[in-house]
Amino acid sequence: MIRDITIGQYYPANSVIHKLDPRTKLVGTILFILSLFLFKSFAAYAVATLFLAGVIWASRVPFKFMVKGLKAVMILLMITVLFNLFVIPGTPIFHIWKLTVTVEGVKTAVFMAIRLVYLIIGSSVMTLTTTPNELTDGMEKGLRPLNKIHVPVHEVAMMMSIALRFIPILLEETDKIMKAQMARGADFESGGIIQKAKSMVPLLVPLFISAFRRANDLAMAMEARGYHGGEGRTKMRPLQYHRQDRIAYLTMIGYLCVMYAAKRIVGI
Amino acid sequence: MSIIEVKKLIHDYLRYGEDGRVESSYRAVDDVDLNVEPGQFIAILGHNGSGKSTLAKHLNAILLPTEGSVFVDGKDTKDSEKLWAIRQCAGMVFQNPDNQIIGTVVDEDVAFGPENMGVPTEEIKERVEEGLKTVGMWEYRHHSPNKLSGGQKQRVAIAGVVAMHPKCIVLDEPTAMLDPVGRSEVIRAARRLNQQENVTIILITHYMEEVIYADRVIVMDQGKVLMQGTPREVFSRVEELKEHRLDVPQITMLAHELKKSGLDIADGILTTEELVQELERIRR
Repeated sequence: MIRDITIGQYYPANSVIHKLDPRTKLVGTILFILSLFLFKSFAAYAVATLFLAGVIWASRVPFKFMVKGLKAVMILLMITVLFNLFVIPGTPIFHIWKLTVTVEGVKTAVFMAIRLVYLIIGSSVMTLTTTPNELTDGMEKGLRPLNKIHVPVHEVAMMMSIALRFIPILLEETDKIMKAQMARGADFESGGIIQKAKSMVPLLVPLFISAFRRANDLAMAMEARGYHGGEGRTKMRPLQYHRQDRIAYLTMIGYLCVMYAAKRIVGI
Repeated sequence: MSIIEVKKLIHDYLRYGEDGRVESSYRAVDDVDLNVEPGQFIAILGHNGSGKSTLAKHLNAILLPTEGSVFVDGKDTKDSEKLWAIRQCAGMVFQNPDNQIIGTVVDEDVAFGPENMGVPTEEIKERVEEGLKTVGMWEYRHHSPNKLSGGQKQRVAIAGVVAMHPKCIVLDEPTAMLDPVGRSEVIRAARRLNQQENVTIILITHYMEEVIYADRVIVMDQGKVLMQGTPREVFSRVEELKEHRLDVPQITMLAHELKKSGLDIADGILTTEELVQELERIRR
């Protein structure tokens, strides 16, 4: 049912990775992705594979959940691999029709595939082990320095968490409006893409009106409960770095050093 | 000292034309006086458009008077410096439970008010626990509000207000969108707050059954106060209420009809037990 859709793909478990501060996980993910692009060698990627496998094992999230995210980008991945395979010039290996496969092409294609797959699995580890709320909290606190250059960090984080809260409500409402209109003979199923898009208009108009009404009510409720922006606000669960976060940062630095060494020493 | 003091309150809703000038105005609240003493349970009754919700929104400075004035705990709502103090003193629960829950987890939502007030972290946790326990929702603290029933959501909203330690809670038709079970849950929570925590409650509703426990009932119609008094006093004026298209509780109606048909029953019967007693008295 439409109600059961959960946003994000949080997988509840009680692991070391789950307990890390969201900022640690955000920074870690970014560093991991950067490392994939900076150290382009098979030896380095072997290190990355070990590291990623270790993190996945520590997160206690079943591996099939990680792979789920890959399905969505499979086509993109195929296209990238094929293009790299055939387009890059270099030493030819063999010919198919008018296309030539080169050594350099194969190498780039494999690098590209590994990078994309690891990038997606790496960020899945983060979204699977962090609730959307922790993520917005982490972003709010992690990006606080941007406040100085007048980026409304608190406001953006607040908007994100409210949006997350209202997605299921609006989905349910869409379902309700759809059923109400189907009961009166509206047809959302048949016809081509254009026909289907057209039949969505009478669905979207009431949905928008109701969303605005909700926004108005919510703003009033927030004001009634004393909301006046991020200034002077305290938190029930303030983010604090613990011992495990320091260990995680050290591990991350260690990982980057090993990556660098692997590339320099082995060199392929 | 009165906790809420409304003096000759008038509120006009203005309608602006496309050129930004006032096109028409509608008087929603017309010359209302109201005094609420600390610890009272007040019910405000009225039809749609009677001005009861508008009046409620004046009590924590969401709306400001067109004319007249409103004092909450001695503070004038027009004084913008005292705005946050007033909103902390008079908490408000709204009609639609979905549109007033901000957090994605129950306890986070209850913490929203205290967080805004800048309460220290440790104390927020205490207040959240206290608030949720008062309304009997402590076991649900880790749930998502989306999975709760209407009555449970409304109780979470009440807990959110309780956690701000208000002296007075205004409930603006909190039961209008709920089923009967949810309605009684919410009313029970409100009564409990009133009796055990001595919080002043102002309940706005159009369900007559909910007001029989109030200390004072105020009936509004077309922006004016039509009647006020104890529930018994108000509901003994059945004919007058009917003229203004207002219902009385079913049991009161039954007693009234029995009386009209010749039985010697007292006016203003509010509960089934009272009617049973009266009928037994007559039979003897």
